[in-house]
Amino acid sequence: MASITLEGLKKTYAGDVQAVKGVDLAIKDGEFVVLVGPSGCGKSTLLRMVAGLETISDGTLKIGDRVVNDLEPAERDIAMVFQNYALYPHMTVYNNLAYGLKNRGFKKPEIEERVRHAARMLEIEEFLTRKPRQLSGGQRQRVAMGRALVREPAAFLFDEPLSNLDAKLRVQMRVEIKQLQRRLKTTSLYVTHDQLEAMTLGDRLVVLNAGQIEQVGTPMEIYARPASMFVASFIGSPAMNMVPVEYLATRSTESLLDDLPAGTDVVGIRPDDMHLTPPSTPHLVVESTLALFEAAGAESHLYVRLSESDQPTVIRVSGQPPVREGETLRLYVAREALHPFDSASGKRTGG
Amino acid sequence: MQTKRSTYRHRWLPYLLLAPQLAITLVFFIWPASQAVKSSFERTDAFGFKTTFVGLSNYARVLADPGYLNALGRTAIFAVSVTVLSMGVALLLAVCVNRVIKSARFYTTLLVWPYAVAPVVAGVLWWFLFNPTIGLLPHLLDWFGINWNHRVSGTQAMILITIAAAWKQISYNFLFFLAGLQSVPHSLIEAAAIDGATPFKRFWTIVFPLLSPTTFFLMIININYVMFDTFGVIDATTAGGPGTATMTLVYKVYTDGVAGLNIGSSSAQSVILMGIVILLTFIQFRYVERRVNY
Amino acid sequence: MVENRRFLNVLTHLVLIIGVLVVAFPVYVAFIASTHEAGAFVRGVIPLTPGDHFWATYSQMLGSGWQVAGAPPVWLMLANSTIMALAIAFGKITISILSAFAIVYFRFRFRLLAFWIIFITLMLPVEVRIIPTYAVVANLGMLNSYAGLTLPLIASATATFLFRQFFMTVPEELMEASRVDGAGPMKFFKDILLPVSITNIAALFVIMFIYGWVQYLWPLLVTTQEDFYTIVLGIKRLMASSDRVPAWNLIMATVTLAMVPPVMVVLLMQKLFVKGLTETEK
Repeated sequence: MASITLEGLKKTYAGDVQAVKGVDLAIKDGEFVVLVGPSGCGKSTLLRMVAGLETISDGTLKIGDRVVNDLEPAERDIAMVFQNYALYPHMTVYNNLAYGLKNRGFKKPEIEERVRHAARMLEIEEFLTRKPRQLSGGQRQRVAMGRALVREPAAFLFDEPLSNLDAKLRVQMRVEIKQLQRRLKTTSLYVTHDQLEAMTLGDRLVVLNAGQIEQVGTPMEIYARPASMFVASFIGSPAMNMVPVEYLATRSTESLLDDLPAGTDVVGIRPDDMHLTPPSTPHLVVESTLALFEAAGAESHLYVRLSESDQPTVIRVSGQPPVREGETLRLYVAREALHPFDSASGKRTGG
Repeated sequence: MQTKRSTYRHRWLPYLLLAPQLAITLVFFIWPASQAVKSSFERTDAFGFKTTFVGLSNYARVLADPGYLNALGRTAIFAVSVTVLSMGVALLLAVCVNRVIKSARFYTTLLVWPYAVAPVVAGVLWWFLFNPTIGLLPHLLDWFGINWNHRVSGTQAMILITIAAAWKQISYNFLFFLAGLQSVPHSLIEAAAIDGATPFKRFWTIVFPLLSPTTFFLMIININYVMFDTFGVIDATTAGGPGTATMTLVYKVYTDGVAGLNIGSSSAQSVILMGIVILLTFIQFRYVERRVNY
Repeated sequence: MVENRRFLNVLTHLVLIIGVLVVAFPVYVAFIASTHEAGAFVRGVIPLTPGDHFWATYSQMLGSGWQVAGAPPVWLMLANSTIMALAIAFGKITISILSAFAIVYFRFRFRLLAFWIIFITLMLPVEVRIIPTYAVVANLGMLNSYAGLTLPLIASATATFLFRQFFMTVPEELMEASRVDGAGPMKFFKDILLPVSITNIAALFVIMFIYGWVQYLWPLLVTTQEDFYTIVLGIKRLMASSDRVPAWNLIMATVTLAMVPPVMVVLLMQKLFVKGLTETEK
């Protein structure tokens, strides 16, 4: 068990390509932190720097109180779960789990006990004598987890461990990983590009963009108060709608927009915050035309075009409202549901 | 040149790992080769006491020597004949094996083993069959009024080494043609069949063009084989004779250098040969990428 | 496809059978010759049906050899060939796999230079550097030794490239996982990389064994003592004396024995052989 501290961590490749541009982050002991961002944002590189698989160009990395910048992965007391599982194809499941312990000079009975224990926890006992190629994707995923577990490391590192599974298994394994981490209370750093996975798993999220942290916070903090247009459109699905303030000003009670922070020229509105019926709080009213109606069971997605604007906009409502494509809809947006941004800097205005 | 995404950091281990191969390469390849280059510019007197730098005169002499130029032309004819003969037969056999699905493996087994026969042994086998006094084939040829004696006739000696060299190479060419044929998409052949092409037309218009990378690759490999690996075939059958009728470039390097002890000339010949190998290797690597596309 | 299939099928098999027979014919004739007594070749043409001297011929050749021709017993030459072929195959694979491991899994100074030095060996077959290589081996006192027979042949760019190519396809994460599991480079090499490469090693071993077995020019140069004759070289020596005493049965028995081991290797390990061949030459 340990905290992980990143201070000004940088990764520069040959030719002056900066993959990670100075990241500060303090992960508390036992915390589950998710690094999330689009592909190429540097999240995997950052994780691999923590693992010791990539050299650190600049900055300090501490696990517990130890500076581990120059330590081999094995000396950092971490375990890692890889995207393609990286199981040793010629070894049985038992030996896959035992390999790291053998290398660390554990005695046979101790190895046996730890492997059995981990196998029981992950329900892979019956596969211990099999080779990885005889297992299904989900079973391999469990073995990969088991290999991390037996070591009882200070921290778990997960590199998109669920992305090779089908949708159903992914949800199931997500829940299991969360429960396992709650039980073991091992500090975990988890990389994913899937915002839903990030929201559901993490105690805290770190949203990365172009090698820099955009925002750190609990999932709900980030959802409720995205710090930038990038975070706003990345977290939450369907993505937040962005509407120019100018456009709203001409067709709504202007006074409602007067108190927007200085510098605001775009407001973000979550698809769930555009309603077909007026709320009781102060609100804006916008006219639109329904372009496409998408029923998705418990909820529906309405793709509308705001009047006299090309702005594509999505609305999410529960159930199935009695609307027809081509119909003109009045949309109501509560004043407090507006997220103010400055489009030039991309940042949220008003602090 | 690529490495893995993450690599080990170690001060001396990679050098230690490379040491055996590099040591052998330097001692037995690079050093001798540079010696060959060096002595190709030198002449040693008859007693081996004095070595003098003579510039390009060894080369000039080699290239002006009608014996050498004849050997060059002969090697070219030999290379073309062996390549055409063995590739032609191999392609025919590969096309046939590719047609018989059930017994393909059986026929393949019966066709690939000559790969394991040493060139010398291949030479001896055919030399025995063509033996002028007791050989079976001269006996048969006699019925057609052909008097076979490769000890006298240069042309017949050439035919003998061509057959022996081609025979050994069929299995190699066969395996590559078969692999090439098996990678031709079946849907293409079916499409051509629907378009009404006969099996022969399908072969020449669809399959053969798709095989061209394999064919090209094999041509280079076969030329290489004929130039260098047929030393054993020749030494076992004709030893370059009668006269110099089957003296190829490599055989001449050997006779001039080992038997004739003319180091300067032999070295110049070696360097010219290296040039040819480098050219062939270069061509091969240039076109390997195209081959991969299929 | 509505064309006359039966005719084509018959033709296909006919061509194949003729092909198989033509390919096998010289070997058949050689084997038949080895089952006759020496006198059978004095008059007329080579016999085409088996004789009754199979045991006599082969026991003589494997046992005492053919003294008159100055060749050692065949078993000794077979042993020499086996030693040479195994040493070459084993040596090539060992040095190639180590250098490929260094080139793929390490980053170090002179890496590119090392790669090019290895690459150059492709362009320097024994045949083009005969005399200077002979001089080097002679200076090192390695004439008439197994070291002299094998060392100059075991540097192989082909094998190194094959392993390099294969290592590049081994998932990155295997090495990374083993590092996290506490394995250093050599432990990874031994515990993970070697077991994963085993089929490639075996396939290459088959090809290199045959390469070593069929060598002729090099043994011809560096061995002058009969004790170091390989079987392939021995055949040539037997032939050299055959102008005086045409003991065809003995020569052909030696020829047959020289073919058995490598041909058996190809036939028994056909799958590995084909894999090794078609992959090394790419």
